[in-house]
Amino acid sequence: MMQLPCPWCGVRDESEFVCGGASHIVRPGLSASDAEWGSYLFFRDNPKGPLRERWRHAYGCGQWFNLMRDTLTHQVLSVYPMAEPPPAGG
Amino acid sequence: MRYSALALLRGALSGGRSWQPAWRSPEPKAAYDVLIVGGGGHGLASAYYLARNHGVRNVAVLERGWLGGGNTGRNTTIVRSNYLYPESARLYDFSLRLYEGLSRELNFNLMLSQRGLIDLAHSRHDLDSMARWVNSMHMNGIDARLLSREEIAARLPLLDVSPEARYPVLGGFEQPRGGTARHDAVAWGYARAADALGVDIVQNCEVTGFLRGGHGEVTGVTTSRGTIRAQRIGLAAAGHSSVLAALAGFRLPVTSYALQAMVSEPVKPALDAVVLSPGTGAYLSQSDKGEMVIGAGLDLFASYAQRGSFAVLQGVVAATLALFPSFSRLKLLRQWAGNVDVVHDSSPIIGPTPVPELFINCGWGTGGFKAIPAGGWTLAHVLATGRSHPLAEPFQLERFHSGRLIDEAAAAGIAH
Ligand SMILES: Cc1cc2nc3c(=O)[nH]c(=O)nc-3n(C[C@H](O)[C@H](O)[C@H](O)COP(=O)(O)OP(=O)(O)OC[C@H]3O[C@@H](n4cnc5c(N)ncnc54)[C@H](O)[C@@H]3O)c2cc1C
Ligand SMILES: [Zn+2]
Repeated sequence: MMQLPCPWCGVRDESEFVCGGASHIVRPGLSASDAEWGSYLFFRDNPKGPLRERWRHAYGCGQWFNLMRDTLTHQVLSVYPMAEPPPAGG
Repeated sequence: MRYSALALLRGALSGGRSWQPAWRSPEPKAAYDVLIVGGGGHGLASAYYLARNHGVRNVAVLERGWLGGGNTGRNTTIVRSNYLYPESARLYDFSLRLYEGLSRELNFNLMLSQRGLIDLAHSRHDLDSMARWVNSMHMNGIDARLLSREEIAARLPLLDVSPEARYPVLGGFEQPRGGTARHDAVAWGYARAADALGVDIVQNCEVTGFLRGGHGEVTGVTTSRGTIRAQRIGLAAAGHSSVLAALAGFRLPVTSYALQAMVSEPVKPALDAVVLSPGTGAYLSQSDKGEMVIGAGLDLFASYAQRGSFAVLQGVVAATLALFPSFSRLKLLRQWAGNVDVVHDSSPIIGPTPVPELFINCGWGTGGFKAIPAGGWTLAHVLATGRSHPLAEPFQLERFHSGRLIDEAAAAGIAH
């Protein structure tokens, strides 16, 4: 079973967490074109390798946090708070 | 070589020496009219229909691993056309009708078994939504009927329909023409038939980049076996669609997830229908070899690992045993996962991409085995003519900007 490091509770089993998808998606302004709006809603990088994503420790402390995780190996590369900008490398 | 009872006899008498390879394994040529990237069912079917329907025979299929080593050889082999919306019903029922004649056409036994597909209702809400579902199917001209609890109990004697069941069965519905087909045979049958029409099938050939012309159009690919030029290119790479799109410089509305399945040891016939329980997240059927083939829902985070989490496996086994308590005696033999290409409305994308001369077939997610004939037919059409096939018109990439989504999430659910 994959294990993830909650910044508050430490390393826990995957089944305690809920994945919220990719992080750092910026909502465009109200003047956005259909193309920009569609890209914001639906289009994703979906890399085979490092991905920055949001997770919630739903069956633990309930907190959200950011994770950089390799989608091929499932290795966790870094953990950082929700409001922080993405770390370099990925 | 045509397969027949006589060929089988000849093979037996010659001690197996009369059999020939089912397709050639040629070195790739320097150039083709059309290249297909991905040797799963959709890629192989596309190549076959390019040759058969459009006379385009200077075609190669490039596969990074082996034929059907992707989702086509990893799925739970369920075929059905019980979709909610008319656009999907037309596409998937066209596919099922092609399947019905395909063993004969390809001269390859696909072991299509239309044993019926039963969805179980575990709540009043399930009953209501299934009634609506059946009504939609009738409006789309597709066979479907509601089943009472008693009818289900008679069809599935090992299912726990008692009032004390953990998940009480209140009723359900059936698509009688639903069933299973042999997944490997679908890949191999299309490969053999395409090869016979002149298509080159090139395995162990990974596409690593695209060559571009003066107007940004694709003019070929770089691969692990050298550069290959082409007038047009079709992508049919399922879970790797985003990786290829990134190489060509655009993004897709796709996320790749692991979807897992497992089989038990083989036993005598005990389950005479495909059974889906959307409420509990389990579905199963018995293979002709006798194994119980059990499928799960997605591992709900992006993944390119073809294994799947233990947490999901545990959940689906628990649900299966709650439905069929006597299966607790069965041993699981194997578990695996595929790498599925999920889009927000659970409907496919078949048509042009932002890059000229580059076309795509993807987004089948957890349910594209049943759609292989239709996916191949419609990708071949747009590759040969430059125009979308009428069945594929609603399924364009453009819908994610116009907002015309075909939201089959309700109908597709976990019901692959
Ligand atoms: C566990 C599981 C159960 C499922 N159950 C069902 C079911 O019961 N019914 C149903 O209808 N559907 C089901 N599906 C979905 C179905 O399997 C897929 O939608 C379908 O097989 C997709 O076919 P494809 O040809 O598009 O993809 P694939 O068969 O995955 O083929 C894509 C190919 O592209 C190749 N490729 C990738 N990148 C490259 C590259 N760079 N260069 C060259 N080649 C490349 C891959 O190696 C692969 O062989 C299930 C899927 C899974 C994983
Ligand atoms: Zn926590």
